[in-house]
Amino acid sequence: MTESPLVRVALRVFSGGVLVFLYLPLVVLAVYAFNPSRTLAWPPTGFTLNWFTQAAANPRIIEAFWNSILAGVGATAVALILGTLAALAVQRFEFFGRETISFIVILPIALPGVVTGVALSTTFQTVGIDFGLATIIIGHATFCVVIAYNNVIARLRRLPRSPEEASADLGADSFTTFRRITLPGMRTALLSGALLAFALSFDEVIVTNFTAGPGTETIPLWILGAIQRPNELPVVNVVALVLILLSVLPVYLAQRISEEAGAVTR
Amino acid sequence: MTSPATPTQPTAGRRLSVWLHARPRVQLGVLLAGPWIWMVVVYLGSLAILLLNAFWDQDAFSGQVIPFTWTLDAFKTIFTVDVYRTIAFRTISVAVLVTLTDIALGFPIAYYMARVASPRRRRLLVVAVLMPLWASYLVKIYAWRAILQGNGLVDSILAPLGVEGPGLTEVAGSWLVLSYLWLPYMILPIYAGLERIPNSLLEASSDLGARSWRTFRRVVLPLALPAVVAGSIFTFSLSLGDYITPALVSNTKFIGNVIYDNSTLGSLPIAAAYSLLPIVIMVVYLLIARRFGAFASL
Repeated sequence: MTESPLVRVALRVFSGGVLVFLYLPLVVLAVYAFNPSRTLAWPPTGFTLNWFTQAAANPRIIEAFWNSILAGVGATAVALILGTLAALAVQRFEFFGRETISFIVILPIALPGVVTGVALSTTFQTVGIDFGLATIIIGHATFCVVIAYNNVIARLRRLPRSPEEASADLGADSFTTFRRITLPGMRTALLSGALLAFALSFDEVIVTNFTAGPGTETIPLWILGAIQRPNELPVVNVVALVLILLSVLPVYLAQRISEEAGAVTR
Repeated sequence: MTSPATPTQPTAGRRLSVWLHARPRVQLGVLLAGPWIWMVVVYLGSLAILLLNAFWDQDAFSGQVIPFTWTLDAFKTIFTVDVYRTIAFRTISVAVLVTLTDIALGFPIAYYMARVASPRRRRLLVVAVLMPLWASYLVKIYAWRAILQGNGLVDSILAPLGVEGPGLTEVAGSWLVLSYLWLPYMILPIYAGLERIPNSLLEASSDLGARSWRTFRRVVLPLALPAVVAGSIFTFSLSLGDYITPALVSNTKFIGNVIYDNSTLGSLPIAAAYSLLPIVIMVVYLLIARRFGAFASL
């Protein structure tokens, strides 16, 4: 089917409009980061780099940033280990309840985040677990497992078993075979899973808001609090711009990983 | 340099490996123990405790839940007090509107990407749609707060026309910002779905005399439908559970706000009972979506 030239032009213009809609808010924020005014009135009143130095010297932001990194690393590590173990079990063994595993791991992201959040926080309260970084990591890992699981199981399906059999025939024990054959085969799947899990954790606020408790702040939690305190808005603008710029990183890395994965499996 | 292992003295790892090799059930147990404890005991266990809390009584003075004292009070409250019904209706309506808006905005650009744009431009567009997806959720909400608030960008554009913007108090703000937030989740599955349609089918349709519009309606749309439904799972579910966007851009309560407010300050049983609502809605939605074949497009 060939679209008429009129339809093609209309589609192109419409698509351009959608892109403007997607990027306009991000551009507006980028402009505000350099605005000397303390309010968000439009248009900005001038140009300053003052808020950048203030943001960099703010101990709360720095602490929240480290908490986000720690939570992301912790949740990613747990998710990769649990997701890989579950994927290996489902892919390599026949057992009762095998089909339900993929259903259970997908549940935390299929249900609205508020449900996961309230379920975990209710349980922590009922059982008597103190809120903090550990409870944040538990929450994040729970919905990140599915990412590692899906990535690894998709890779295991495509990986031929013959190199593993050859390794065993040549006398390697199963740990050596896993370390030298299976693990390198899953490398890019694990990398892209880790990237996505970390990014999700770093950005998460819906569940975190339930599981963090009053004493621990991640970057999204800091933003959530700070945007409701008018005198902190200029610093929020700076943090927001930095986060927007940082989001280029995972897109670039994901591209690189998928290129490498394509080169390996093709 | 490592000395070569002598075959007469196998290492502990090798002995363990040999031992495990003969016992696949033990191997399976070792693999599944961690995921089982985490996902079933911790996660499903939490959902079970949440469910129990919905049926537990509260101390009349402190509001503390008294475990294993059974009552249906929480359900009575959410079914009889009007505000809970109003909020449920509002949340579901906005979630449906957001989904329809994202289909209306997402389908044409996905169609352009998949079937009109040159391969080079297509790659650029995929990246251009992906980037906002990775940008921070809260940053995007905050950007809209800046744009919509009094004296913000919207007001400064509308002021010369003598019109006032919606500000940060209208439900329309939630509709706009939620549509913005989840739009990429709609574009990407539709794009993938449209790209999978073989050209031969479209050629066959036109060879059989169908004009563009008819081919679109009779061939493209039915084949793209599962992808649209797949995208709608994201837009609907994410809108249904969001409580931060409504609070920050429209000062209205959604289902999530009732759950959050009650779980932190109010009545835990009400939070627990009310959270069954999005669970039930999503289960029904997913069952319907599965009938449309949407799961293959996820």
